This record gives sequence, structure tokens and C-alpha cells, in this order.
Amino acid sequence: MSYFQRDRERHPPAFTPAYKTSVLRSPRHALLSLPTTISEETGPVFGHDVLGALDNDLIRNFGKDGGEAIGQRIVVSGRVLDEERRPVRGALVEVWQANSGGRYRHRKESYLAALDPNFGGCGRCITDDEGRYAFRTVKPGAYPWPNGVNDWRPAHIHFSVFGHAFAQRLVTQMYFEGDPMIWQCPIVRTIPDPSAIEQLVALLDRRATIPMDALAYRFDIVLRGRRSTMFENRPEGN
Amino acid sequence: MTLPLDYLPESPSQTAGPYVHIGTNPNWVEITGVWRDDLGLVLVGPETRGERILVEGVVTDGAGAPVRDALVEIWQADAAGLYPSPAETRGRADPHFSGWGRQPLSAEDGSFRFETVRPGSVPYPDGRPQAPHITVWIVARGINVGLHTRLYFADEAMANAADPLLNRIPEPERRATLVAERSERDGRAVFRFDIRLQGERETVFLDM
Repeated sequence: MSYFQRDRERHPPAFTPAYKTSVLRSPRHALLSLPTTISEETGPVFGHDVLGALDNDLIRNFGKDGGEAIGQRIVVSGRVLDEERRPVRGALVEVWQANSGGRYRHRKESYLAALDPNFGGCGRCITDDEGRYAFRTVKPGAYPWPNGVNDWRPAHIHFSVFGHAFAQRLVTQMYFEGDPMIWQCPIVRTIPDPSAIEQLVALLDRRATIPMDALAYRFDIVLRGRRSTMFENRPEGN
Repeated sequence: MTLPLDYLPESPSQTAGPYVHIGTNPNWVEITGVWRDDLGLVLVGPETRGERILVEGVVTDGAGAPVRDALVEIWQADAAGLYPSPAETRGRADPHFSGWGRQPLSAEDGSFRFETVRPGSVPYPDGRPQAPHITVWIVARGINVGLHTRLYFADEAMANAADPLLNRIPEPERRATLVAERSERDGRAVFRFDIRLQGERETVFLDM
């Protein structure tokens, strides 16, 4: 039941000097490649009991006394699938993002754009039987960062996803359709393959918009697939 | 005429960035009241079976500086060598053990510390035993794809010598980078596992 090998041509390499922090944080040795073992083919399970009622509603989950976040109201939804197009059910999806002005609520962040008193910036949910997830939030703003002298991140939402196996563990970022900043960003451009970059761009989803309330974006996430053990001598079975 | 293969490509990874803890440990970064507990801080309870151990270390970059903004996750079998996962087919794991831990590195010195139990041995795909180990995964600003490695135990020398993964490391001197040093504190075994992302004594990272 081993998992498909990661296609490291589609993932960013570790050493990507235009993204400066990667220079000292990238291994110089090659990765040691091995087939997955039970240590990687298993992973933690998260039940719905960990979730609170507003965990996937970033517009309302931080504000006190019913205060709501300021910004373009959006719904972000999609499916978590594996490489064989099977839905990944019960997957914990965690998101974090800046507010509509591009400001993160974090003590190390010093960008002059203001914090929104009603926006924390974190959310999470667990996929349903079809692998679906959904968040309500405000569209994050672009923000400047100390890399080049004038580098700006495109609007983005960070995603952390747990599949069924530790081998599937993935952290990535979602971008927004039509944003011209995407193609200039040194972090986006750590990914060498433009079609792989396109896979991180959420599409405006007109049908999922809520009239007079929120626009909607659609973002599907693909985790590693596993192959069934057809001709392999495995004592523990399939 | 050939039929196209119908696979989807895996979503590409991106760095977790410097503010990963907003999403994974909001209470730790003072975003309180959204959810009660940050996940993964506690692996064991009073009823967990097995030898209690501490696992601790620091993550350093190619200049030897601590990577203070990293996030470390661990995943391991219980004391009997069973994983608390539906994909575990060999038996039922200890219901009082989560198997999974997650922690931000200390903002002061870049250290991490997990209280857990010593894992039992689990099989390699061909049935040979693997030496007891803990899977370790690290994300941070500047790391484009999460780095996967393993912690082995210095006091399991015989099992380590026969471990299929350790024996696949082409440079024998690099195997030591995966073996945590043992010491004792308050009557409990403490295993020190420093992770060096780059340079001298660089940790072996895995493509599993």
C-alpha cells in the first residue's frame, strides 16, 4: 500500500536563492529515497470534536460581541482529493492569512497597515465524505516583505493539510485568479513548473457566491495517492 | 492510440512562512478565544502505557543559528509498536496515546521538547523489524517543502545496526545524525536530537 513517490520536479527545490531565506535553510545533501513504510503510511486522525462552531468562519471567529471582520467577504471551498481522484475524507485543513490590509496578527509582524480588531486570521475544518471543505473569510491584502528591496506577496491564504498518512502531509499557499502579483513573487517562483503554479490559483466560483453577501473561490487540493499492493510479499497485508 | 493515464498531480508545496503559528498554534501567538487548545501539545496522559521519555533539541540553519520560527511535528508508534491510525492493521494501539505531537520552536533559543513514550519496533515492508524511531517533520520560513527525517535512540545500538533505513544511508558517518543522544534527568531518559538543516553534520532528510 505504499504511496506514490513525490514528483520533486513539480515541487519547489529546497535551494531557491531568489527567495533568500532558503539559502541557509536548504540541505546540501540529496534526500535519502526509500519506499514508504508503515511509519509514513499511517497518520493522526482528528475528530469533529476538536472543532468549534466558528472554526471555519474567519469573519466571526475572533471578533468580540458579534463584531465582524472588515474586507471583501469571500467563501473558499473545494475538495481534498488524492492523485487517483479519490476524496480524502476526514482530512484536517488548517488555514491562516493576513487581514484585508495585508497585516498579520503576529508579534513579529511590523507592517504599518492596521490590525483589524475583529480579525484573527486562523481557521480550520475537517473534510466531509466527499472530501469537501469550506471557509468563510475576507480576502487578504497583498503585503510587502524584506526579501528584495520592493517585494510584495500576492494575496494568499496558507493551507496545512493532513491526509490519512504522514506521507501525505502538505503545507501550501492558495492564490487568487487574475492577481498580477502571482507571477512576480519569488516564493511562487520557487515552483519551476508554471502548470504547477496554476494548481495553486483558486478560481472565482460564480455559482458558489452568496447573493448580496460573499464572493466565492474554489480551491481543490491534491494529496499523494497510494498504490494497492498487487504483487508484493507483505506480512501485514493490504 | 493510447489511453491517457488518469492521475491528478499532487498540489505543489509552498513554505509555511514566518507566521505559520497563526494557523497551527494561535493561542501561542496570543490569538486567543478562537479555539481552546492548540493541537498536538500533549501526547501522553496518566494512563498511557510505556516508558516515559523526553525528546528535545534545536533546529539550526547553515550558519549554525537557531531556526526560531520553525514548526516541528512528530509521529510515532506506541510502546507496543502500534500506530494509533485506521491504517494500522496489526492490532489496536494504546487508546491513551495520540502518537502525534506538534510544537513551535522556542522564540528564545529555537528549542523543542516533547514528552512521549519510547516507541516499540515496527516492521519494514519486507517484514524485517525497524529499530524504534520517531518520524520528525519540519516546516519554516525558507523551507519550501517540509523536511522529513527520523529520530533513532542511542541506547538501541543493536537494533540500529540492523535497521533497514539506517543501512541505506550511503555515507556511514551520516547515520549518526539520526541517532539521539541519551542522558537522564529526574530519573527519566532524555534524548537530545539536534537538527542541522545545512552544512557540517547536516541531518539526513528523507524522500519517503
